[in-house]
Amino acid sequence: MPPERREPREAALRHCLQIGVDAIKAGRSPLDVVELVVRELEDNPHFNAGKGSVLTSNGTVEMEACIMDGNTKKCGAVSGISTVKNAISVAKLVMEKTPHIYLGFDGAEAFAREQAFSDGMETVDSSHFITPENIERLKQAKAANRVQIDYTQPIPKAEEETSLPNGDSQIGTVGCVVVDGYGNLAAATSTGGLVNKMVGRIGDTPIIGAGTYANSLCAVSATGKGEAIIRATVARDVAALMEYKGLSLKDAATYVIEECTPERTAGLIAVSATGEVTMPFNTVGMFRACATEDGDSEVAIWHDEPCD
Amino acid sequence: MGGWAIAVHGGAGVDPNLPNERQEEAKQLLTRCLNLGISALRSSLSAIDVVELVVRELESDPLFNSGRGSALTEKGTVEMEASIMDGPGRRCGAVSGITTVKNPVSLARLVVEMVDNDFFITEDNIGMLKLAKEANSILFDYRIPTSGLESCAAVVEKPIQMNGLPISVYAPETVGCVVVDSQGRCAAATSTGGLMNKMVGRIGDSPLIGAGTYACDLCGVSCTGEGEAIIRGTLARDVAALMEYKELSLQEAVDYVIKRRLDDGKAGLIAVSSKGEVAYGFNSVGMFRGCATEDGFMEVGIWE
Repeated sequence: MPPERREPREAALRHCLQIGVDAIKAGRSPLDVVELVVRELEDNPHFNAGKGSVLTSNGTVEMEACIMDGNTKKCGAVSGISTVKNAISVAKLVMEKTPHIYLGFDGAEAFAREQAFSDGMETVDSSHFITPENIERLKQAKAANRVQIDYTQPIPKAEEETSLPNGDSQIGTVGCVVVDGYGNLAAATSTGGLVNKMVGRIGDTPIIGAGTYANSLCAVSATGKGEAIIRATVARDVAALMEYKGLSLKDAATYVIEECTPERTAGLIAVSATGEVTMPFNTVGMFRACATEDGDSEVAIWHDEPCD
Repeated sequence: MGGWAIAVHGGAGVDPNLPNERQEEAKQLLTRCLNLGISALRSSLSAIDVVELVVRELESDPLFNSGRGSALTEKGTVEMEASIMDGPGRRCGAVSGITTVKNPVSLARLVVEMVDNDFFITEDNIGMLKLAKEANSILFDYRIPTSGLESCAAVVEKPIQMNGLPISVYAPETVGCVVVDSQGRCAAATSTGGLMNKMVGRIGDSPLIGAGTYACDLCGVSCTGEGEAIIRGTLARDVAALMEYKELSLQEAVDYVIKRRLDDGKAGLIAVSSKGEVAYGFNSVGMFRGCATEDGFMEVGIWE
């Protein structure tokens, strides 16, 4: 991967990691921290979320996001966001301000407007999110008549790269998982979806148990080929393996990635209540970063870089 | 052991004061749908075809809320959603926000076919979708709000509550079917008109794989009840996960999730296993359901 594609993302990862670490140290709750970090990633045009989201077959942006609190298992999700700057914040408001969990499209946008004076509900023209790279990607995907899952390169090649910090695979979803010193957990994921996706196509990100999940044992955010992640209920299964089969976080996560999803379709980041972190993936690479209280911290892309 | 099995539901959370005629009507509908499924199974239709067939019948009848008879949003409009899952390969499809298609479950089935093409979505597939929409002629245009029904709130003294509504007002909003065919293949489908008085755009558990619907090599599950509790508890997936990871039997897994995965929520579910077993469970006041197995067992019920 050429440096000009790699470096801005690595730098962003480092920056977001630091923001998260500082927030945890300042005593912010894991739920607030994951939102904060994902907002930062959404605002960064190098990732497929918020600004920089890939385009639908109509050349529009349809963003989706999801957040979950481990202790209460309260969750919030949105799909079809096109004018709100930070979809993850809309998801959090759905969780906090409505009796529901998941709002989509017109309903989600209308709700965001009603909440316009809440923190972080900034709405913009949808052109804000569109970048030249993504216009190019869409053109190429249409020319190849494919839905492109590898969006990190404008030219649809077999080579895979991912483009999301904190555990996001090829599809470019961004995510963050956090455990604080008391074992409280939270997970958040946000994405623009697949290049050239059908208008209205919903991926794994907003599906509780697929792309996002947190309970009192662990918090998980997955990324990759949405349909594979949904089918394998990836995020829930990591937790279920820990709960029902007594596996460790690392073994559970590895099992799900290696045995439950096909090659080159998925990756995830996960933390446990006891402070462990794991980031397995079965794609060529996955932009990721992690940090723990005892001072370890890593930013990585490929398989041979240790980050567990 | 072995052989086909089928279960259907017409929603969890039933008004204990439901008039007898309504109860009879419901039981007749459930029986009719079971028989439809049974004939299909006897003609060797695959599990996924059978669940689609049966849910279409449930959607078309206005008695249960889904398709015709769907509950209204706070604006008086209808938004339907459905999902379907095929155990072999865990192929699945889901739709939400449907307002003009007669049978949402069939639209969900079409999504399965498209997704199955790996991630190759072409003009042809989109065309197929358009054809389906046209073939499913519009019975009611749910996009037009029904006037005078913008607010469906009702005040009752100390009512049993379901999904935040008094049970006399609340209409159990979901239908579903699970089937294991004589080859041991499981499938599940769930369809709903959604929650009465819900926010526009609210998506519930019915179209969410792992929450309202799930099927794999081991079992097929369809849930109904308080959507948010079902989502939080990833109910349908957990039945299968308990069988897979904790090696519980179908009934044990069903009992476990109803007892321990719902917290304060009220819900019910139906399930079949690849071995030809059928099971159901609910912690709500009643659940419209029916089940049948190849060895001649058949039962339709509402209460415990």
